[in-house]
Amino acid sequence: MLNFHKEHKNLVLTAGVVFIALSIMVAILPAYQMQETQPIPNQKPLTANEQEGLRIYVSENCMACHTQQVRNIEMDNMWGNRPSIPSDYFFSKQRLDVWRQSPSLLGSERTGPDLTNIGKRQPSDDWHFLHLYNPRAVVSESVMPSYPWLFREVDSTLVGENDKIVAVPKEYFNNPGTKIVATKDALLLVEYLKSLKQMELPGGNVSDFIPALRKIQEEGMRSDKASGGLDGANLFKQTCAACHQDNGKGIAGAFPPLAGSKIVNDESPEMLIKIILQGYDARADYGVMPPFGDQLSDAEIAAITTHERSSWGNNAPAVKEEDVKKIREMVKNELNQ
Amino acid sequence: MLLILGWIPQFMMSQNTNISTENWLSSPGIIGTFVLIAIVMVVAVIILLVKLNGYIDTLKRKQHNKNKMAFDDEIIAMDKGEIDFILEKRKAALTYKLSGDELGGENEAEDEKGLIHRIDNKPNNAFFDEKKKTTLSIETPEALKKIVIYYIGAAAFWLVLGTFIGQYLGMKFLWPEMDHQSWLSFGRLRPVHTNMVFWGWSSLAMIGLGYFVIARTSNTVIHSPKLAWTGWFLINATITLGSLSLMAGINNGGGEYREYIWPIMLLFAIALIITFFNFYKTVAKRKISEIYISNWFILAALIWTIVLAIIGYLPFYQDGLGETVIQGYYMHQGVGMWFMTFTLGLVYYYLPSSLNKPIYSYSLGVLAFWTQMLFYTMIGTHHFVFSPLPWWLQTVAIVFSAGMAIPVIAGTTNFFMTMRGSWSHISKSYVLPFFLVGTIFYFVGSMQGSLQAFRFTNYVWHFTDFNVAHSHMTMYGIIAFFLWASIYAILPKITGKEPPQVLVGAHFWLAFIGLFAYMVSLMAGGTYKGLSWIEGNAFIESVILMRPYWVWRAIGGSLMFISHLVFVYNFYYMVKNYRKVETEVKLKEVEKITV
Repeated sequence: MLNFHKEHKNLVLTAGVVFIALSIMVAILPAYQMQETQPIPNQKPLTANEQEGLRIYVSENCMACHTQQVRNIEMDNMWGNRPSIPSDYFFSKQRLDVWRQSPSLLGSERTGPDLTNIGKRQPSDDWHFLHLYNPRAVVSESVMPSYPWLFREVDSTLVGENDKIVAVPKEYFNNPGTKIVATKDALLLVEYLKSLKQMELPGGNVSDFIPALRKIQEEGMRSDKASGGLDGANLFKQTCAACHQDNGKGIAGAFPPLAGSKIVNDESPEMLIKIILQGYDARADYGVMPPFGDQLSDAEIAAITTHERSSWGNNAPAVKEEDVKKIREMVKNELNQ
Repeated sequence: MLLILGWIPQFMMSQNTNISTENWLSSPGIIGTFVLIAIVMVVAVIILLVKLNGYIDTLKRKQHNKNKMAFDDEIIAMDKGEIDFILEKRKAALTYKLSGDELGGENEAEDEKGLIHRIDNKPNNAFFDEKKKTTLSIETPEALKKIVIYYIGAAAFWLVLGTFIGQYLGMKFLWPEMDHQSWLSFGRLRPVHTNMVFWGWSSLAMIGLGYFVIARTSNTVIHSPKLAWTGWFLINATITLGSLSLMAGINNGGGEYREYIWPIMLLFAIALIITFFNFYKTVAKRKISEIYISNWFILAALIWTIVLAIIGYLPFYQDGLGETVIQGYYMHQGVGMWFMTFTLGLVYYYLPSSLNKPIYSYSLGVLAFWTQMLFYTMIGTHHFVFSPLPWWLQTVAIVFSAGMAIPVIAGTTNFFMTMRGSWSHISKSYVLPFFLVGTIFYFVGSMQGSLQAFRFTNYVWHFTDFNVAHSHMTMYGIIAFFLWASIYAILPKITGKEPPQVLVGAHFWLAFIGLFAYMVSLMAGGTYKGLSWIEGNAFIESVILMRPYWVWRAIGGSLMFISHLVFVYNFYYMVKNYRKVETEVKLKEVEKITV
């Protein structure tokens, strides 16, 4: 019989064979099974540029700090409207080339925010470029590295028509006569980041998050039937502060201030709500404001605007959920006509 | 009773109506369960103790009565002369006084039994307790000596460089603008650190120490020194090329510990196969019939890791989430089947050999071996709890993580029981404290890892810095400490040169305190981070709150790094000019003393 104490051959063979059998069971077969996942209907493959951007994402190893998975627990609801499903990764997790495998996009650590939905949460080109050039220019407490090698310093007179100029505030770059211009790599990377949007499932998202605090908040809100139940300051911090900053002062040359803003302080919140719903690109001296209508509910917009209108020295009446609802309908009708 | 039974389901139903994981720690159900179990436990323990005490008392009383009876019988049976003799003796004892010249006198001191190892007329070290010197020197073939020394030397080099990079990365959390070089950026440098300390430091040190064990316990010479050197070159080449390519931005895909692209990792795999072949052949020509338990672990670690590297890098099933399944499997088995298994094999030899006694239980070692294989293999997916991977796979991983208690308890029991009865050796040795810390961390780190796999704990800790604390607790607290213990145990014996004891102590305490600061700060910070996320705070809040913990981490990391510099000096001291040191030195000194 097998005498492991004296027969080295049997010992090694048994250890090897059993290990291989267990490995097949617990790793290889499930892996094959997961590989058979089909894409969601209408899910689009990455464009050539996005694919190139993904390569830069991998080579800079962004996965070390950023996850791309919305877990099915309530706290992850802030990163997506539904938990991630295997099909979400159908196009992004393919083998990169002969040398490199399918990227480990799911990640294992969240030193920075999850990026599953970054394209929806942060649709502004200008923000992404400035953030990559120096994250602290937009998020003062950030610990993310700067990526200056994705940008070039170019003499103002030599800036081409198609060059993307980054509006860097003076504290971070002050060299008169030159401009910071995004390289091809930066353009590709941002194109990839902007493509990261969680797809709505056909038949609507089923919210099967394992509940936590949020649920209680919502319950509280439902019973109140008022925007008072939502924390406007927190929502502002999550959604708006990246550009307009927590102190409402914005960033000169990139994102306009809300403190003391005429639109914010206007007696009627109509314009303010419209901008949030539809976006804004009327001023050349600032970056483009993307629309947030799909992302924020009426109650959330009401809470945010109320916070904006009562902070940093602003003093305007609170906004009710019904006001937002009315304006949203108005906007919809305008578009349909 | 019926009343209670009727009430329980009602109670549970009412709990179900508004279930929430929010205050799970303070939820009445959990606290109640804890309290109930605690009460039962406390009561059970008290009862057990009382019962045990009573039982022991009766036994004692019985014995006492028996003795008394026997004593009475004895006295009754004595004759008068005998009783007088005893009384006289007692009288003399009561009036005894010292004469005052017991310690002086004409007699010459002699050490007939060779108990004295060292005589020092001028004890000059007033600050540190002097430890025992290594007493044995082992005759080792020159070729093997050179292999062991070069493997450990290369390992020490990667340790210093790898942890220097780690320390630099830790400081980047505090000063993200430290540099603006693409090849020094955090994302690119992080895998350089992890892979360097994994494949460079730990793996090379393990294989070097393994060569000694495999030859010694087989009572033979290693099969081919030449192959050992080929392996040495291939592994060093892997780390050099891998680190350079990662810094250049060539990354296999960011999966932890397989960031090297396959052409580079292939070198490592070949080195593993060569090493396995060499070890296997050495064991095959052993001069004793039994295969010592260390060699079970070492041979299995090599064969398992070869399989693992192949599965980890083959592309056929790795698109989509297939890659994620393999990633969990690979990253956990890399730690469990390679570092842990191999290092345990080393401990099974070096621990008993430095205590100069056999391992406590051979059978427990065998149990630990098979359960290591069975349980460790299944738990990879616990790195992806709540992820889109199949729920059954996550559950299997969690269940088997709990099962990890078996090999871990078997292993720690074996090591502790081996140390038992020799505790006084620990305070007298500079090697054993490393073993002790390693064993304690083996238990604490592994069990903590199992607990972390549970869904509730995962809920709070996953994705936070707690993971980083756990990986340092295990890869550093267990693996590195065991490796240092083995190195300090064996190098003086084969080179004949002992390191300065003060510096070994400095190495030990700096590494231990540094690790503790590192671990505790990240665990505390990681927990607060997780709670902040559950709370639904803006993400940046969790970055801000980590700052003080990152400061402490950097301080702990600095201490660890300094300890590695001390270690390298000790290593240098032990191997410098070792060929000129005669192995018989110790014997001669003993002769001089006794003559």
